[in-house]
Amino acid sequence: MKHNIPDSVIKNYQTMVRKLTPKSPLGSGCLRAFVVGGFICIIGQAATDLSHVYLDLNASEALTFGSVFLVFITALLTGIGVFDRIARYAGAGTVVPITGFANAMVSPAMEFKAEGWVLGTGAKLFTIAGPVLAYGISTAVAVGILYFLIGW
Amino acid sequence: MKSLKIGKQTIRFLSAPSLVAAASVVGPKEGRGPLSQHYDIILDDPINHTESYEMAEHTMLLQACKHCLTKANMQEEQIDLILGGDLLNQILSTTLTARELQRPFIGLYGACSTMAESLLMGSICVDGGYAENALCAVSSHYCTAERQFRYPLEYGNQRTPAAQWTVTGAGAFLISHTQHSPVCIPCGTIGKVMDYQIKDANNMGAAMAPAAADTLAAHFQDTGRTPKDYDHIFSGDLGKVGSDLLKNLMKQKGYALIEDNYTDCGLMVFDPKDDVHAGASGCGCSAVVLSAYILDKIRIGAWKRVLFMATGALMSTTSSQQGESIPGIAHAIVLEHREDGMK
Repeated sequence: MKHNIPDSVIKNYQTMVRKLTPKSPLGSGCLRAFVVGGFICIIGQAATDLSHVYLDLNASEALTFGSVFLVFITALLTGIGVFDRIARYAGAGTVVPITGFANAMVSPAMEFKAEGWVLGTGAKLFTIAGPVLAYGISTAVAVGILYFLIGW
Repeated sequence: MKSLKIGKQTIRFLSAPSLVAAASVVGPKEGRGPLSQHYDIILDDPINHTESYEMAEHTMLLQACKHCLTKANMQEEQIDLILGGDLLNQILSTTLTARELQRPFIGLYGACSTMAESLLMGSICVDGGYAENALCAVSSHYCTAERQFRYPLEYGNQRTPAAQWTVTGAGAFLISHTQHSPVCIPCGTIGKVMDYQIKDANNMGAAMAPAAADTLAAHFQDTGRTPKDYDHIFSGDLGKVGSDLLKNLMKQKGYALIEDNYTDCGLMVFDPKDDVHAGASGCGCSAVVLSAYILDKIRIGAWKRVLFMATGALMSTTSSQQGESIPGIAHAIVLEHREDGMK
Protein backbone atom coordinates (compact mmCIF):
# COMPACT_ATOMS: atom_id res chain seq x y z
CA MET A 1 0.00 0.00 0.00
CA LYS A 2 1.21 3.44 -0.91
CA HIS A 3 0.33 6.91 0.37
CA ASN A 4 -2.55 5.62 2.54
CA ILE A 5 -5.01 5.53 -0.34
CA PRO A 6 -7.21 2.41 0.03
CA ASP A 7 -6.83 -0.19 -2.72
CA SER A 8 -10.56 -0.06 -3.44
CA VAL A 9 -10.32 3.67 -4.26
CA ILE A 10 -7.39 3.05 -6.63
CA LYS A 11 -9.27 0.17 -8.27
CA ASN A 12 -12.44 2.23 -8.75
CA TYR A 13 -10.43 5.07 -10.22
CA GLN A 14 -8.56 2.86 -12.65
CA THR A 15 -11.86 1.38 -13.84
CA MET A 16 -13.13 4.92 -14.38
CA VAL A 17 -9.95 5.79 -16.32
CA ARG A 18 -10.34 2.75 -18.56
CA LYS A 19 -13.95 3.70 -19.24
CA LEU A 20 -13.23 7.36 -20.07
CA THR A 21 -9.99 6.97 -22.03
CA PRO A 22 -10.70 6.62 -25.76
CA LYS A 23 -9.15 3.60 -27.45
CA SER A 24 -6.94 3.77 -30.52
CA PRO A 25 -9.12 3.00 -33.56
CA LEU A 26 -8.01 -0.56 -34.28
CA GLY A 27 -9.91 -1.22 -37.52
CA SER A 28 -9.06 1.99 -39.38
CA GLY A 29 -5.52 1.89 -37.96
CA CYS A 30 -4.91 -1.59 -39.37
CA LEU A 31 -6.43 -0.62 -42.70
CA ARG A 32 -4.22 2.45 -43.03
CA ALA A 33 -1.12 0.48 -42.03
CA PHE A 34 -2.01 -2.21 -44.58
CA VAL A 35 -2.56 0.24 -47.46
CA VAL A 36 0.43 2.52 -46.81
CA GLY A 37 2.75 -0.37 -45.81
CA GLY A 38 1.66 -2.26 -48.93
CA PHE A 39 2.27 0.80 -51.08
CA ILE A 40 5.81 1.17 -49.67
CA CYS A 41 6.47 -2.50 -50.45
CA ILE A 42 5.25 -1.98 -54.02
CA ILE A 43 7.73 0.89 -54.41
CA GLY A 44 10.51 -1.28 -52.99
CA GLN A 45 9.62 -4.16 -55.30
CA ALA A 46 9.43 -1.82 -58.29
CA ALA A 47 12.86 -0.35 -57.46
CA THR A 48 14.29 -3.87 -57.18
CA ASP A 49 12.74 -5.14 -60.43
CA LEU A 50 13.51 -2.03 -62.47
CA SER A 51 17.13 -1.94 -61.28
CA HIS A 52 17.42 -5.60 -62.32
CA VAL A 53 16.16 -4.81 -65.80
CA TYR A 54 17.49 -1.33 -66.52
CA LEU A 55 20.67 -1.02 -64.37
CA ASP A 56 21.83 -4.51 -65.22
CA LEU A 57 22.16 -5.58 -61.55
CA ASN A 58 22.03 -9.28 -60.63
CA ALA A 59 19.26 -10.56 -58.34
CA SER A 60 21.10 -10.04 -55.05
CA GLU A 61 22.42 -6.58 -56.06
CA ALA A 62 18.91 -5.59 -57.10
CA LEU A 63 17.56 -6.51 -53.63
CA THR A 64 20.18 -4.27 -52.03
CA PHE A 65 19.28 -1.49 -54.44
CA GLY A 66 15.60 -1.74 -53.42
CA SER A 67 16.50 -1.33 -49.73
CA VAL A 68 18.94 1.51 -50.39
CA PHE A 69 16.32 3.27 -52.50
CA LEU A 70 13.69 3.15 -49.71
CA VAL A 71 16.22 4.26 -47.08
CA PHE A 72 17.23 7.20 -49.26
CA ILE A 73 13.64 8.31 -49.89
CA THR A 74 12.82 8.03 -46.16
CA ALA A 75 15.88 10.01 -45.13
CA LEU A 76 14.97 12.70 -47.65
CA LEU A 77 11.34 12.87 -46.49
CA THR A 78 12.47 12.94 -42.84
CA GLY A 79 14.91 15.73 -43.63
CA ILE A 80 12.28 17.93 -45.22
CA GLY A 81 9.84 17.24 -42.37
CA VAL A 82 7.24 15.24 -44.29
CA PHE A 83 7.86 11.70 -43.06
CA ASP A 84 6.45 12.18 -39.54
CA ARG A 85 3.17 13.35 -41.05
CA ILE A 86 2.91 10.25 -43.24
CA ALA A 87 3.82 8.09 -40.23
CA ARG A 88 1.17 9.73 -38.05
CA TYR A 89 -1.38 8.61 -40.61
CA ALA A 90 0.07 5.19 -41.39
CA GLY A 91 1.36 3.95 -38.00
CA ALA A 92 2.88 0.51 -38.36
CA GLY A 93 2.62 0.90 -42.14
CA THR A 94 5.74 3.05 -42.11
CA VAL A 95 7.40 1.58 -38.99
CA VAL A 96 7.55 -2.07 -40.06
CA PRO A 97 9.21 -1.73 -43.50
CA ILE A 98 12.85 -0.54 -43.70
CA THR A 99 11.48 3.04 -43.79
CA GLY A 100 10.87 2.84 -40.02
CA PHE A 101 14.51 1.98 -39.41
CA ALA A 102 15.78 4.76 -41.67
CA ASN A 103 13.57 7.32 -39.94
CA ALA A 104 14.67 6.08 -36.50
CA MET A 105 18.29 6.81 -37.50
CA VAL A 106 17.84 10.11 -39.31
CA SER A 107 15.47 11.82 -36.86
CA PRO A 108 17.81 11.71 -33.79
CA ALA A 109 20.75 12.66 -36.03
CA MET A 110 18.88 15.85 -36.97
CA GLU A 111 17.40 16.50 -33.55
CA PHE A 112 20.60 16.34 -31.52
CA LYS A 113 22.84 18.21 -33.96
CA ALA A 114 22.37 21.26 -31.70
CA GLU A 115 24.50 19.50 -29.05
CA GLY A 116 27.39 19.01 -31.49
CA TRP A 117 28.60 16.29 -33.87
CA VAL A 118 30.21 14.09 -31.20
CA LEU A 119 28.09 14.39 -28.03
CA GLY A 120 24.92 15.22 -29.94
CA THR A 121 24.49 13.42 -33.24
CA GLY A 122 27.19 10.82 -32.54
CA ALA A 123 26.05 9.85 -29.08
CA LYS A 124 22.30 9.99 -29.71
CA LEU A 125 22.24 8.46 -33.21
CA PHE A 126 21.13 5.04 -31.94
CA THR A 127 18.74 6.12 -29.17
CA ILE A 128 15.71 4.73 -31.00
CA ALA A 129 17.27 2.16 -33.33
CA GLY A 130 19.71 0.90 -30.66
CA PRO A 131 17.37 -1.54 -28.88
CA VAL A 132 16.19 -2.95 -32.23
CA LEU A 133 19.80 -3.50 -33.32
CA ALA A 134 20.90 -4.98 -29.99
CA TYR A 135 18.09 -7.51 -29.76
CA GLY A 136 17.80 -8.07 -33.52
CA ILE A 137 21.47 -9.01 -33.81
CA SER A 138 21.38 -11.05 -30.58
CA THR A 139 18.41 -13.03 -31.91
CA ALA A 140 20.21 -13.59 -35.21
CA VAL A 141 23.29 -14.91 -33.40
CA ALA A 142 21.19 -17.21 -31.18
CA VAL A 143 19.32 -18.61 -34.16
CA GLY A 144 22.65 -19.00 -36.01
CA ILE A 145 24.12 -21.09 -33.18
CA LEU A 146 20.97 -23.20 -33.03
CA TYR A 147 21.14 -23.73 -36.78
CA PHE A 148 24.80 -24.76 -36.48
CA LEU A 149 24.10 -27.28 -33.69
CA ILE A 150 21.05 -28.88 -35.29
CA GLY A 151 22.93 -28.75 -38.54
CA TRP A 152 20.25 -28.92 -41.17
CA MET B 1 0.06 35.93 15.79
CA LYS B 2 -3.13 35.83 13.80
CA SER B 3 -3.34 32.74 11.63
CA LEU B 4 -3.79 33.30 7.94
CA LYS B 5 -4.65 29.67 7.35
CA ILE B 6 -8.22 28.68 6.58
CA GLY B 7 -9.03 25.04 7.26
CA LYS B 8 -6.43 22.50 6.26
CA GLN B 9 -4.78 23.72 3.06
CA THR B 10 -6.10 27.16 2.21
CA ILE B 11 -4.30 30.41 2.96
CA ARG B 12 -5.65 33.93 2.78
CA PHE B 13 -3.82 37.12 1.95
CA LEU B 14 -4.70 40.02 4.24
CA SER B 15 -3.98 42.73 1.71
CA ALA B 16 -5.27 40.74 -1.30
CA PRO B 17 -2.29 41.57 -3.56
CA SER B 18 -3.04 43.06 -6.96
CA LEU B 19 -2.33 41.33 -10.21
CA VAL B 20 -1.40 44.48 -12.06
CA ALA B 21 -0.22 43.25 -15.45
CA ALA B 22 0.12 40.09 -17.51
CA ALA B 23 1.68 39.22 -20.83
CA SER B 24 1.45 36.18 -23.07
CA VAL B 25 3.70 34.99 -25.88
CA VAL B 26 2.74 31.96 -27.98
CA GLY B 27 4.04 29.94 -30.93
CA PRO B 28 2.53 29.96 -34.43
CA LYS B 29 0.30 26.88 -33.93
CA GLU B 30 -1.18 28.38 -30.72
CA GLY B 31 -1.48 31.70 -32.57
CA ARG B 32 -3.90 30.04 -35.01
CA GLY B 33 -6.05 28.72 -32.14
CA PRO B 34 -9.38 29.97 -30.79
CA LEU B 35 -7.78 32.64 -28.54
CA SER B 36 -5.74 34.01 -31.45
CA GLN B 37 -6.70 37.68 -31.12
CA HIS B 38 -6.12 37.77 -27.34
CA TYR B 39 -2.38 37.03 -27.19
CA ASP B 40 0.16 39.83 -26.80
CA ILE B 41 2.84 38.36 -29.04
CA ILE B 42 2.61 35.51 -31.55
CA LEU B 43 5.96 34.13 -32.73
CA ASP B 44 6.34 33.73 -36.49
CA ASP B 45 8.70 30.77 -36.07
CA PRO B 46 8.88 28.11 -33.29
CA ILE B 47 12.67 28.53 -33.05
CA ASN B 48 12.21 32.30 -32.53
CA HIS B 49 15.25 33.21 -34.67
CA THR B 50 17.69 31.47 -32.32
CA GLU B 51 20.08 28.50 -32.66
CA SER B 52 18.12 25.94 -30.64
CA TYR B 53 14.62 25.32 -29.29
CA GLU B 54 15.93 25.71 -25.74
CA MET B 55 17.09 29.22 -26.57
CA ALA B 56 13.78 29.81 -28.32
CA GLU B 57 11.88 28.94 -25.14
CA HIS B 58 14.15 31.16 -23.06
CA THR B 59 13.84 34.16 -25.39
CA MET B 60 10.08 33.68 -25.52
CA LEU B 61 9.92 33.82 -21.71
CA LEU B 62 12.15 36.87 -21.64
CA GLN B 63 9.87 38.57 -24.18
CA ALA B 64 6.88 37.81 -21.95
CA CYS B 65 8.63 39.26 -18.86
CA LYS B 66 9.69 42.43 -20.65
CA HIS B 67 6.28 42.89 -22.22
CA CYS B 68 4.64 42.47 -18.80
CA LEU B 69 6.89 45.17 -17.33
CA THR B 70 6.10 47.49 -20.23
CA LYS B 71 2.38 46.97 -19.66
CA ALA B 72 2.83 47.70 -15.94
CA ASN B 73 4.93 50.74 -16.83
CA MET B 74 7.75 49.50 -14.65
CA GLN B 75 11.53 49.24 -14.84
CA GLU B 76 13.42 45.98 -14.31
CA GLU B 77 15.06 47.46 -11.18
CA GLN B 78 11.65 47.77 -9.52
CA ILE B 79 11.18 44.00 -9.47
CA ASP B 80 12.03 42.64 -6.01
CA LEU B 81 11.59 39.01 -6.82
CA ILE B 82 11.27 36.72 -9.81
CA LEU B 83 9.41 33.45 -9.20
CA GLY B 84 9.13 31.02 -12.01
CA GLY B 85 9.83 27.73 -13.67
CA ASP B 86 9.42 25.56 -16.74
CA LEU B 87 9.52 21.89 -17.68
CA LEU B 88 13.16 21.47 -18.65
CA ASN B 89 15.97 20.00 -16.55
CA GLN B 90 17.39 22.59 -14.17
CA ILE B 91 14.42 24.80 -15.18
CA LEU B 92 16.74 26.02 -17.90
CA SER B 93 14.55 28.57 -19.69
CA THR B 94 13.67 30.39 -16.46
CA THR B 95 17.23 30.32 -15.15
CA LEU B 96 18.55 31.88 -18.34
CA THR B 97 15.81 34.50 -18.20
CA ALA B 98 16.71 35.34 -14.59
CA ARG B 99 20.36 35.58 -15.66
CA GLU B 100 19.30 38.20 -18.17
CA LEU B 101 17.05 40.21 -15.84
CA GLN B 102 19.51 40.34 -12.91
CA ARG B 103 16.89 40.50 -10.17
CA PRO B 104 16.57 38.23 -7.09
CA PHE B 105 15.29 34.88 -8.30
CA ILE B 106 13.68 31.80 -6.79
CA GLY B 107 13.23 28.93 -9.22
CA LEU B 108 10.15 26.73 -8.88
CA TYR B 109 9.28 23.34 -10.25
CA GLY B 110 5.75 22.05 -10.17
CA ALA B 111 5.62 20.65 -13.71
CA CYS B 112 2.55 22.16 -15.38
CA SER B 113 1.21 23.39 -12.02
CA THR B 114 4.04 25.95 -11.84
CA MET B 115 1.74 28.76 -12.99
CA ALA B 116 -0.51 28.58 -9.92
CA GLU B 117 2.47 27.68 -7.73
CA SER B 118 4.34 30.86 -8.71
CA LEU B 119 1.24 33.04 -8.23
CA LEU B 120 0.72 31.50 -4.77
CA MET B 121 4.34 32.11 -3.79
CA GLY B 122 4.26 35.60 -5.28
CA SER B 123 1.11 36.48 -3.32
CA ILE B 124 2.65 35.12 -0.10
CA CYS B 125 5.80 37.21 -0.59
CA VAL B 126 3.95 40.39 -1.51
CA ASP B 127 1.32 39.99 1.21
CA GLY B 128 3.98 39.24 3.80
CA GLY B 129 5.86 42.37 2.84
CA TYR B 130 8.91 40.53 1.55
CA ALA B 131 8.50 42.01 -1.90
CA GLU B 132 6.69 45.04 -3.29
CA ASN B 133 6.63 43.71 -6.83
CA ALA B 134 6.95 40.04 -7.69
CA LEU B 135 7.22 38.81 -11.26
CA CYS B 136 5.77 35.33 -11.80
CA ALA B 137 6.86 33.73 -15.06
CA VAL B 138 6.51 30.30 -16.63
CA SER B 139 7.04 28.77 -20.04
CA SER B 140 6.86 25.56 -22.03
CA HIS B 141 7.80 24.71 -25.59
CA TYR B 142 6.51 21.80 -27.66
CA CYS B 143 9.89 21.12 -29.27
CA THR B 144 11.96 21.17 -26.05
CA ALA B 145 9.43 19.09 -24.12
CA GLU B 146 9.24 16.50 -26.91
CA ARG B 147 12.98 15.95 -27.02
CA GLN B 148 13.32 15.78 -23.23
CA PHE B 149 10.33 13.57 -22.49
CA ARG B 150 9.51 11.76 -25.73
CA TYR B 151 10.99 11.35 -29.21
CA PRO B 152 12.89 13.46 -31.75
CA LEU B 153 10.54 15.81 -33.62
CA GLU B 154 10.90 14.14 -37.01
CA TYR B 155 10.47 10.62 -35.65
CA GLY B 156 7.38 9.11 -37.21
CA ASN B 157 5.03 7.61 -34.65
CA GLN B 158 1.38 7.71 -33.76
CA ARG B 159 0.07 9.32 -30.59
CA THR B 160 -2.57 7.62 -28.51
CA PRO B 161 -5.99 9.34 -28.29
CA ALA B 162 -5.32 10.35 -24.63
CA ALA B 163 -1.99 12.06 -25.45
CA GLN B 164 -1.75 15.84 -25.14
CA TRP B 165 0.19 18.47 -27.04
CA THR B 166 2.61 20.72 -25.13
CA VAL B 167 1.85 24.41 -25.61
CA THR B 168 4.60 26.63 -26.97
CA GLY B 169 3.94 29.63 -24.82
CA ALA B 170 5.11 31.83 -21.98
CA GLY B 171 3.24 33.94 -19.48
CA ALA B 172 4.48 36.64 -17.11
CA PHE B 173 2.44 38.22 -14.33
CA LEU B 174 3.20 41.09 -12.00
CA ILE B 175 1.88 40.88 -8.45
CA SER B 176 2.19 44.13 -6.61
CA HIS B 177 1.59 45.82 -3.29
CA THR B 178 2.04 49.32 -4.58
CA GLN B 179 -0.35 49.51 -7.49
CA HIS B 180 -4.07 49.22 -7.60
CA SER B 181 -5.63 46.95 -10.11
CA PRO B 182 -9.11 45.61 -10.80
CA VAL B 183 -7.76 42.07 -10.23
CA CYS B 184 -6.72 40.84 -6.80
CA ILE B 185 -5.77 37.54 -5.18
CA PRO B 186 -7.55 37.06 -1.82
CA CYS B 187 -6.70 33.41 -1.14
CA GLY B 188 -5.36 30.17 -2.51
CA THR B 189 -5.18 26.46 -1.80
CA ILE B 190 -1.91 24.54 -1.74
CA GLY B 191 -2.23 21.05 -3.15
CA LYS B 192 -0.94 17.68 -1.99
CA VAL B 193 0.85 15.20 -4.20
CA MET B 194 -1.67 12.53 -5.18
CA ASP B 195 -0.87 9.27 -6.91
CA TYR B 196 -3.59 6.89 -8.01
CA GLN B 197 -1.11 4.50 -9.61
CA ILE B 198 -1.38 5.71 -13.20
CA LYS B 199 1.68 4.57 -15.13
CA ASP B 200 0.72 5.53 -18.68
CA ALA B 201 2.91 8.52 -19.62
CA ASN B 202 0.55 9.10 -22.55
CA ASN B 203 -2.37 9.74 -20.24
CA MET B 204 -1.26 12.69 -18.11
CA GLY B 205 -4.85 13.83 -17.60
CA ALA B 206 -5.60 10.62 -15.71
CA ALA B 207 -2.46 11.02 -13.60
CA MET B 208 -3.40 14.59 -12.61
CA ALA B 209 -7.18 14.37 -12.14
CA PRO B 210 -7.07 12.89 -8.59
CA ALA B 211 -4.79 15.72 -7.41
CA ALA B 212 -7.11 18.27 -9.04
CA ALA B 213 -10.15 16.75 -7.34
CA ASP B 214 -8.35 16.65 -4.00
CA THR B 215 -7.30 20.32 -4.16
CA LEU B 216 -10.74 21.47 -5.34
CA ALA B 217 -12.53 19.52 -2.59
CA ALA B 218 -10.07 20.84 0.02
CA HIS B 219 -10.70 24.39 -1.21
CA PHE B 220 -14.47 24.04 -0.94
CA GLN B 221 -14.24 22.39 2.49
CA ASP B 222 -11.79 24.97 3.85
CA THR B 223 -13.71 28.00 2.58
CA GLY B 224 -17.22 26.64 3.03
CA ARG B 225 -17.97 27.53 -0.57
CA THR B 226 -19.40 25.44 -3.39
CA PRO B 227 -18.78 25.53 -7.17
CA LYS B 228 -21.81 27.87 -7.41
CA ASP B 229 -19.88 30.58 -5.54
CA TYR B 230 -17.59 31.03 -8.54
CA ASP B 231 -18.39 32.70 -11.83
CA HIS B 232 -15.99 30.29 -13.43
CA ILE B 233 -13.64 27.49 -12.41
CA PHE B 234 -10.61 26.69 -14.56
CA SER B 235 -8.30 23.70 -14.40
CA GLY B 236 -4.86 23.93 -15.99
CA ASP B 237 -4.19 21.19 -18.51
CA LEU B 238 -6.22 18.10 -17.74
CA GLY B 239 -7.33 17.78 -21.35
CA LYS B 240 -10.45 15.96 -22.47
CA VAL B 241 -9.80 12.72 -20.56
CA GLY B 242 -8.58 14.40 -17.37
CA SER B 243 -11.40 16.94 -17.17
CA ASP B 244 -14.02 14.22 -17.68
CA LEU B 245 -12.37 12.29 -14.84
CA LEU B 246 -12.33 15.41 -12.65
CA LYS B 247 -16.06 15.96 -13.19
CA ASN B 248 -16.75 12.36 -12.16
CA LEU B 249 -14.52 12.56 -9.08
CA MET B 250 -16.08 15.84 -7.97
CA LYS B 251 -19.54 14.37 -8.28
CA GLN B 252 -18.42 11.51 -6.00
CA LYS B 253 -17.03 14.02 -3.50
CA GLY B 254 -20.34 15.88 -3.39
CA TYR B 255 -19.18 19.05 -5.17
CA ALA B 256 -20.49 18.47 -8.68
CA LEU B 257 -19.02 20.97 -11.14
CA ILE B 258 -21.60 22.86 -13.15
CA GLU B 259 -21.30 22.17 -16.85
CA ASP B 260 -21.26 25.80 -18.05
CA ASN B 261 -18.97 27.27 -15.40
CA TYR B 262 -16.14 24.78 -15.47
CA THR B 263 -13.55 24.74 -18.29
CA ASP B 264 -10.15 23.16 -18.73
CA CYS B 265 -7.52 25.48 -20.23
CA GLY B 266 -6.17 22.48 -22.16
CA LEU B 267 -9.30 22.56 -24.32
CA MET B 268 -9.02 26.27 -25.15
CA VAL B 269 -5.61 26.69 -26.81
CA PHE B 270 -5.77 24.62 -29.98
CA ASP B 271 -8.26 24.24 -32.74
CA PRO B 272 -9.73 20.72 -32.22
CA LYS B 273 -9.08 20.10 -35.94
CA ASP B 274 -5.35 20.58 -35.34
CA ASP B 275 -4.69 16.90 -34.44
CA VAL B 276 -3.86 17.47 -30.75
CA HIS B 277 -5.84 14.48 -29.45
CA ALA B 278 -6.89 15.04 -25.80
CA GLY B 279 -5.91 18.74 -25.79
CA ALA B 280 -3.10 21.04 -24.71
CA SER B 281 -0.66 20.74 -21.82
CA GLY B 282 2.43 22.39 -20.36
CA CYS B 283 3.12 25.31 -18.02
CA GLY B 284 2.43 27.62 -20.92
CA CYS B 285 -1.07 26.21 -21.41
CA SER B 286 -2.69 27.59 -18.26
CA ALA B 287 -0.37 30.64 -18.32
CA VAL B 288 -1.42 31.96 -21.71
CA VAL B 289 -5.12 31.24 -21.13
CA LEU B 290 -4.96 33.05 -17.78
CA SER B 291 -3.11 36.01 -19.23
CA ALA B 292 -4.91 36.33 -22.53
CA TYR B 293 -8.44 35.40 -21.60
CA ILE B 294 -9.34 34.89 -17.94
CA LEU B 295 -7.76 38.08 -16.56
CA ASP B 296 -9.43 40.25 -19.20
CA LYS B 297 -12.85 38.94 -18.16
CA ILE B 298 -12.12 39.71 -14.49
CA ARG B 299 -10.61 43.10 -15.32
CA ILE B 300 -13.77 44.29 -17.06
CA GLY B 301 -15.91 42.82 -14.28
CA ALA B 302 -17.68 40.22 -16.42
CA TRP B 303 -16.55 37.71 -13.79
CA LYS B 304 -16.35 38.74 -10.12
CA ARG B 305 -14.74 35.62 -8.70
CA VAL B 306 -12.77 32.93 -10.50
CA LEU B 307 -10.98 29.83 -9.24
CA PHE B 308 -7.84 29.07 -11.22
CA MET B 309 -6.21 25.72 -10.59
CA ALA B 310 -3.09 24.59 -12.45
CA THR B 311 -2.38 20.87 -12.55
CA GLY B 312 0.97 19.14 -12.86
CA ALA B 313 2.13 15.60 -13.61
CA LEU B 314 5.40 15.34 -11.69
CA MET B 315 6.82 12.74 -14.02
CA SER B 316 10.48 11.86 -14.25
CA THR B 317 11.47 9.87 -17.33
CA THR B 318 13.87 7.87 -15.14
CA SER B 319 11.35 6.77 -12.50
CA SER B 320 8.74 6.21 -15.19
CA GLN B 321 11.09 3.76 -16.99
CA GLN B 322 11.75 2.08 -13.66
CA GLY B 323 8.03 1.35 -13.39
CA GLU B 324 7.06 4.00 -10.84
CA SER B 325 3.62 5.60 -11.21
CA ILE B 326 3.16 9.29 -12.03
CA PRO B 327 2.56 11.61 -9.04
CA GLY B 328 0.19 14.52 -9.68
CA ILE B 329 -0.31 17.88 -8.01
CA ALA B 330 -2.67 20.84 -8.30
CA HIS B 331 -2.61 24.30 -6.74
CA ALA B 332 -5.49 26.76 -6.82
CA ILE B 333 -5.78 30.51 -6.46
CA VAL B 334 -8.85 32.70 -6.26
CA LEU B 335 -8.95 35.77 -8.48
CA GLU B 336 -11.46 38.50 -7.70
CA HIS B 337 -12.65 41.67 -9.41
CA ARG B 338 -12.07 44.73 -7.23
CA GLU B 339 -14.25 47.78 -7.90
CA ASP B 340 -11.98 50.41 -6.31
CA GLY B 341 -9.01 49.13 -8.28
CA MET B 342 -10.41 50.70 -11.44
CA LYS B 343 -9.02 54.08 -10.50
